[in-house]
Amino acid sequence: MIAHIAILLSAQLIGEVTVRSLGLPIPGPVLGMGLLLILLIARPKIATDMAPTTSGLLSHLSLLFVPAGVGIITHLDRIATSGFGLTAALIFSTWAALIVGAWTFIGLARLTGSRP
Amino acid sequence: MNTADTTTDLAEIWSYLSSEPLLWLTATLVAYLISDAIARATNRSPIANPVLIAMLLLGGVLLLTDTPYQTYFTGAQFVHFLLGPATVALAVPLYQNRAHIRKSLIPMFGALLAGSLTAIASALLIAKSMGVSGAELLSLAPKSTTAPVAIGISEQIGGLPTLTAALVILTGIIGAITVTPLMNAMGITDWRARGFALGVAAHGIGTARAFQVNQTAGAFSGIGMGLNALLTALITPYVISILL
Repeated sequence: MIAHIAILLSAQLIGEVTVRSLGLPIPGPVLGMGLLLILLIARPKIATDMAPTTSGLLSHLSLLFVPAGVGIITHLDRIATSGFGLTAALIFSTWAALIVGAWTFIGLARLTGSRP
Repeated sequence: MNTADTTTDLAEIWSYLSSEPLLWLTATLVAYLISDAIARATNRSPIANPVLIAMLLLGGVLLLTDTPYQTYFTGAQFVHFLLGPATVALAVPLYQNRAHIRKSLIPMFGALLAGSLTAIASALLIAKSMGVSGAELLSLAPKSTTAPVAIGISEQIGGLPTLTAALVILTGIIGAITVTPLMNAMGITDWRARGFALGVAAHGIGTARAFQVNQTAGAFSGIGMGLNALLTALITPYVISILL
């Protein structure tokens, strides 16, 4: 398990250093995800070994957003003044993006004959 | 022991606790366990979102005890830090679903472009039409992408990074709560489409929800989130210069 955590952190570290030194517009962990994917394709056995550790971490992904979420208390005044417009924009824009995204996926899947 | 001594002892214990990360780290885990128990008790009803419940519990405690967010974060940062390794860990379900993914590359890229543009443009247009302006309006633009990226974009375009962080979290919660009824109402049963659209529109909080519902939806949601982090960073400045 420690070895798996070391692999995750190493991929993130290489990702962060690469993104910062090359000034890439993607976050370090996203590049780290790409690097780990390449490692798994090259060494499929690592994926099987790591799966219990990563699914443990991913099944509690919600927990990891709590600290940032609590930060909303520092914006209560702003939400009270512009809250209505901001809330309407968040709700309707998220619905619009979900609907447009899902229908585009389904439309293109039908066109290209891609079945689940 | 008289009353004065007890008061001093309590004050000493409180000053120890408020200067160490232990208290708020423990509180974060306990608040999450409570909210997760509530979510399980409701059979993972979308409205019982664990992030939302834990936020309300902890936010309430901080306001009641007059604790600054910075003090809370010195403890909670250890949990926050794990977002990075968890993002890297998404490579494993991605790898396990590689056969699915290889078959859906074209639908994925089309849905990414359409979903990402809709998320940015509709947020700006709706808020602007309702009188939101200036830095607050700009803070809204990257709301559908993952928090660290959104914060970087917000700084770059002249928004308020901490407001953006709050808007990103709210977007994730809205997406996670409403996706199941919305997709069911529209008759969309393809887990790939449901998951991918959710990852694009509602980043990691959406992905956390997707993993609760279906593993394929979770894997596609993770890809949607990762790709949209990249695309939003690239296109937001252009969308703003066209629309505003």
